[in-house]
Amino acid sequence: MNMDYERYQKHLLLPEIGIEGQEKLLQARVLVVGAGGLGCPVLQYVAAAGVGTIGIIDADVVSLSNLQRQILYTTDSVGRKKVEVAKEVLLSMNPTIAIKTYPEKFTEDNAQTLLLHYDIVVDCTDNLKARYIINDACVQANKPFVYGSIHRFEGQVAVFNYENGPTYRCLFDEDDAEPPNCADIGVLGVLPGVIGMYQALEVIKLITGIGELLSGKLLMINTLHNIHRTIKIKRRQPIITSNLQEAKPVSLKENSLRVPVSDIVKEFLQNPEVQFIDVREQDLDNAIFPKEKTLHIPLSQLAGYVDDLPQDKLLVVFCQSGRMSNLAVQMLTQQYGLINVENLEGGLNGLSSKQLQK
Amino acid sequence: MRFSILPFGALTDTLSASGISLTHEQILTIEDLHQYLTTTYPAIAQQKFRYAVNQEMVDSTHSLQDGDEIALLPPFSGG
Repeated sequence: MNMDYERYQKHLLLPEIGIEGQEKLLQARVLVVGAGGLGCPVLQYVAAAGVGTIGIIDADVVSLSNLQRQILYTTDSVGRKKVEVAKEVLLSMNPTIAIKTYPEKFTEDNAQTLLLHYDIVVDCTDNLKARYIINDACVQANKPFVYGSIHRFEGQVAVFNYENGPTYRCLFDEDDAEPPNCADIGVLGVLPGVIGMYQALEVIKLITGIGELLSGKLLMINTLHNIHRTIKIKRRQPIITSNLQEAKPVSLKENSLRVPVSDIVKEFLQNPEVQFIDVREQDLDNAIFPKEKTLHIPLSQLAGYVDDLPQDKLLVVFCQSGRMSNLAVQMLTQQYGLINVENLEGGLNGLSSKQLQK
Repeated sequence: MRFSILPFGALTDTLSASGISLTHEQILTIEDLHQYLTTTYPAIAQQKFRYAVNQEMVDSTHSLQDGDEIALLPPFSGG
């Protein structure tokens, strides 16, 4: 590789990085989602560090109220597309790297295609919806992402989905209520700088393999009161039993012709070869399937857990009405080729605990 | 038992951002604490957040010990 030794001299002097680490940086492909408060410092430092291919996706244009914290832009940039201005500024700083721009939103529709071209995603978005899209796309594509978010004087940083580590959903389940963002409640301009630089740092550690990553850990910073905490997070993975037996599980389809559903469910409840899966979004109790025999995996997260599902058991998927579980079964059989899956038709509504006690 | 409660995010609108000290003999688990906090400070009952004890994320059944530091962590969305 044709390396600019003088440009990266101070990296090359560090034994932890050196030529090998710098080459890894030059070969890395990083997608930065959002070129705002967090995206600007992330982009500046990963570009300066020599990350060889950088993607920038953002649909916005620069506004005057951005300039208090979005330091890639100047007053002259107001009204121009953020990705265009960012590209110009970054290339003038480091013309040896490649920058690709996408003046659009990161959505469910373009996520998978974009991720094909990058190894690491940096979440610099400003809303929860986009964060869940990034999370789910990275889980599906099996790629890590460096998360950062801010609230007034506070910030959070973490590396998610790194080598089967926890994901954002292990930290916070999806919720309809969007917490207020800085456009509505204000933010100290320095704050996204601090948090974005922590993200850039994690990106560089991830690429070069040095130090300890914030994977399985959430860094919480309150800059007003100088409070730093590193909180351990576990992957909220359904417990999977490994004591599988040889016996072939009974099938819902074969039996449903002869016996009422309640009888089959009764049999399932006795059968250790049956694994119930509750795909309702909320982890609610029900009177029929005991918690210890049920994995709760919301339909929206199911794709991320396909590899964790027991292969030697009959998976009986249920929800309240049988409709979401039907979608889950279709996805598992058609997209992932699973054959050990059955839908509980009619869902919990179709069963009553009375029937089962007979 | 004596605990220190450390709120983050919008929870600092209700609870002091530098933390509060709480002494209570009937609070044995996170569930008890949640009950106590949401009753004493109804404003936080509407908010979504998780608990971390001594810098480790825990579920509602987690048993508390004397001297625990309990952080209240809401999701942030800004960027």
